[in-house]
Amino acid sequence: MRENPRASSGTLSSTSSSSSSSSSKIVLYSYWQSSCSWRVRFALNLKGLSYEYKAVNLAKGEQFTPEFEKLNPLHFVPVLGDGDLVVSDSYAILLYLEEKYPEKALLPADPQLKALNLQVASIISSSIQPLHMLSLLKRLEEKVGPEERSLWAQFNIEKGFDALEKLLKDNAGKYATGEQIYLADVFLAPQIAVAAKRFNIDMSKFPTLSMIYESCKILSEFQTSSPETQPDAVW
Amino acid sequence: MASGEDNPKLQLYSYWRSSCSCRVRIALNLKGIKYEYKAVNLVKGEQFSPEFLKLNPIGYVPVLVDGDIVISDSFAIIMYLEEKYPQHPLLPQDVQRRAINIQAANIVSSSIQPLQNLAVLKYIEQKIHPDEKRVWVEYHIGKGFAALEKLLKDYAGKYATGDEVYMADLFLAPQIHTAIKRFSIDMTQYPILSRLNDAYNELPAFLDAYPEKQPDTPVEALG
Repeated sequence: MRENPRASSGTLSSTSSSSSSSSSKIVLYSYWQSSCSWRVRFALNLKGLSYEYKAVNLAKGEQFTPEFEKLNPLHFVPVLGDGDLVVSDSYAILLYLEEKYPEKALLPADPQLKALNLQVASIISSSIQPLHMLSLLKRLEEKVGPEERSLWAQFNIEKGFDALEKLLKDNAGKYATGEQIYLADVFLAPQIAVAAKRFNIDMSKFPTLSMIYESCKILSEFQTSSPETQPDAVW
Repeated sequence: MASGEDNPKLQLYSYWRSSCSCRVRIALNLKGIKYEYKAVNLVKGEQFSPEFLKLNPIGYVPVLVDGDIVISDSFAIIMYLEEKYPQHPLLPQDVQRRAINIQAANIVSSSIQPLQNLAVLKYIEQKIHPDEKRVWVEYHIGKGFAALEKLLKDYAGKYATGDEVYMADLFLAPQIHTAIKRFSIDMTQYPILSRLNDAYNELPAFLDAYPEKQPDTPVEALG
């Protein structure tokens, strides 16, 4: 849960409560449209953890400031600060949160189900998201043009969604791996939202994924983590 | 190491050249876990056989079978092994270093490997130009390796995150190996990764896991 949802302009703007109240220990460097940042915002909400939102304007290149480079040499968001600790990469952040704040667990105890959640997260973070990242698409567009760029994005997203649909068909309940929300959903819901909105994916081909998305969509934790509700959202 | 002895109950579905499979092979070797090597010839499309699809409906290697449990995806498998077989831990106790290990692993598995796999290279070849493959691979490996150099600068010791082998090393070794052997990447720009590569080449657990030494390695590629 964020405090003071009003973004200030300037480099790495941050929103937090005024100095008189105790500051949140957790700081999240995020960009409103980043689906990787969305995963962490969603998880923080699900775990009931409050945090300070620090906007990194990727469109303006704020990820390349020396300040941010020190936090993450790969220039990606999200980055999480927790006391002295700095963790980059959404997957690493989520596993860190899972260990440090075990209440409202995002990984089930059952080893098979736990593995399935990790597998879903890996498929999304390795086989889908990297292939439609803006920086990659821009590079591709220079070589193949805008139409082919869209086809590439759609092809890879659908390939990944096809795999996930097959994987989860027999495992899903209300959520990806049963009746409780877990890590797989934290990765899936933002990915589906982005895919549908940005790349016009026909989700009717993926009934299991659609059902999971519908379950997540109605959660306030998901809504308040959505891009358009973030302090740095622009229209 | 791959067996014939004792009928180990662990099976690993693997392809000799798959760097994702290599990561798991290293993990099993380090933990001293015997396993039965089940070759899946990706070039011949064996990953689409009904038997294999029953194990992993998406047809990827590696897949680990441990009794009743079936696990796919190298990261999920390694995390499972870490919990079930805690000998030779693959994640350090220190929280910051644990996170660095996972981050390094993900740089490889999200920012490098998926951008230079067979499917992507075929696309580049067909839609752009065969010569573009080299440019593309060098760019993405270069970008990822440069990031790893920065990330590991303050943490590397004998190995990636200190003086013990951990998860980062399992992801780095196959990627560096591929970069050198398959793409002839000039490693002189990456002093830390070069040094790590030399260190890995001293360890039987790594050497025995490399593509050149697997039961399904084609004769012409044997090392």
